[in-house]
Amino acid sequence: MPDDFTATEMMTVAAARALRDGVSCFVGIGLPSAAANLARATHAPNVALIYESGAIGTKPDVLPLSIGDGELSETADTVVSVPEIFRYWLQGGRIDVGFLGAAQIDKFANINTTIIGDYANPKVRLPGAGGAPEIAASAGEVLITLKHSKRAFVEKLDFVTSVGHLDGGDARARAMLPGRGPAAVITDLGILTPDPETKELTLTHRHPGATVEQAQDATGWALKVAHSVAETPAPTAEELTALRDLNARTAAAHRKSEAA
Amino acid sequence: MANITTLREAVGSLIEDGHTIAMEGFTHLIPFAAGHEVVRQGKRDLTVIRMTPDLIYDQLIGMGCVRKMVFSWGGNPGVGSLHRFRDAVEQGWPHRLEIEERSHADMANAYAAGASNLPFAVLRGYVGSDLPRYNENIRTIECPFTGEQLTATPALRPDVAVVHAQQADRAGNVLMWGIVGVQKEAVLAAKAAIVTVEEIVDELDAAPNAVILPHWVVTAVCKVPHGATPAYAQGYYGRDNAFYRAWDTIARDRDMFQDWMRHHIVEAADFADFRNRLRLSTGGEKVHA
Repeated sequence: MPDDFTATEMMTVAAARALRDGVSCFVGIGLPSAAANLARATHAPNVALIYESGAIGTKPDVLPLSIGDGELSETADTVVSVPEIFRYWLQGGRIDVGFLGAAQIDKFANINTTIIGDYANPKVRLPGAGGAPEIAASAGEVLITLKHSKRAFVEKLDFVTSVGHLDGGDARARAMLPGRGPAAVITDLGILTPDPETKELTLTHRHPGATVEQAQDATGWALKVAHSVAETPAPTAEELTALRDLNARTAAAHRKSEAA
Repeated sequence: MANITTLREAVGSLIEDGHTIAMEGFTHLIPFAAGHEVVRQGKRDLTVIRMTPDLIYDQLIGMGCVRKMVFSWGGNPGVGSLHRFRDAVEQGWPHRLEIEERSHADMANAYAAGASNLPFAVLRGYVGSDLPRYNENIRTIECPFTGEQLTATPALRPDVAVVHAQQADRAGNVLMWGIVGVQKEAVLAAKAAIVTVEEIVDELDAAPNAVILPHWVVTAVCKVPHGATPAYAQGYYGRDNAFYRAWDTIARDRDMFQDWMRHHIVEAADFADFRNRLRLSTGGEKVHA
């Protein structure tokens, strides 16, 4: 077993493992895109990746830098318009899994990507919603991946951009949301899953080398911890090779496009 | 029939101060050349609509052309922030920017509603999000058949839509392929449409279900090779990722931004001149188009 891997590699591998083979997955850019494409390169060759730019069943050989790179349309089963992707495919109930990143998250996995501070006079203006509010609402379930820190895992969000489990319990069902909501949050320290009853995020796995205390220290609320926290299996040689090859191909392709 | 003309003439005659304009293109086929022309002609007080403002609106905002922006994701894709947008929202520079913030699904539906000549879009959206609390245009409507509460938002109806495409023929029929975003909807939702194209050909070699904008829904067609750069045009050139990264430095500082815009865009005669100036300032050699 390889013993030399980074926390980011572990996070990407753990996030990739969370994606089951054969599902349809609406992919956000950045960390989710890396994880989803690693899944496709390893245990989930039949996953159908869908990007909000309209690419359906896309099989990029390198990671896209933006949500609408040419690589996505060139390797797609079909490319549809943006109204169609949101109307027929997402709202139409064709998406099993939404894979999202976040700037900030709270204990019920609600997401902020809009502002830090007051809306009218923000301290930091973030990019905003994009496709996330409706992905978070309508996908069958949602996977979220982001790095663990007190700035990101906050007691109270300044702004709820995209819905998680609202204030917990059966709040999602009462709000008549079509999807089941966040199923897991994968960080560089471990994996958090919502408590079956309260829906409060609970640390169920810690990655090799990370401790429960580290995860608690990097969380802005009193993080709930499972009775027995499992250690995430370390990346296999196959997973690490696939991830590093993907990153190397991506870097080479972007260097080439810049030299052209 | 579409008027085949220069970009200067099209922007000058169709876009007026105070207009609502939508310059669309989802990462692909972003009409940068047209954005530059709006800057060069010093248009003011515009309401600009775009799902992803990208660098094209960062430039317009920083140059003071924009009064209000309607958008759904305002970042530099793959890089980080749009610094001119952030400076306008956070510090009010060069003046206060009014924003109307929506989601992608909403804006896509609202363009489709505009193209359909409907007053509003209906979607299952925003449940649990704070966005409706800060945008009074996001409202609810009850389904008359089931009683379900749905989201209603106003249709997007720009005065002028501006898009870039790969080809037009001599009558002004427009062909685009690849990621086609919301361009067709934006054009059909607008009162007038300017389309810049990579080339004008004798005959469009298009399959029957290709995305075609017939010449009679397009107001002006302008040939502008490389008119979407630093975005890409499938079949013609790739995305200039290095420029997207360089923009982070250029746009971060107000003075550097203004100097860069003045030298590369405001003082340029046209987009071909801009490309030469950019090439020279990044160590390349001048070429003639």
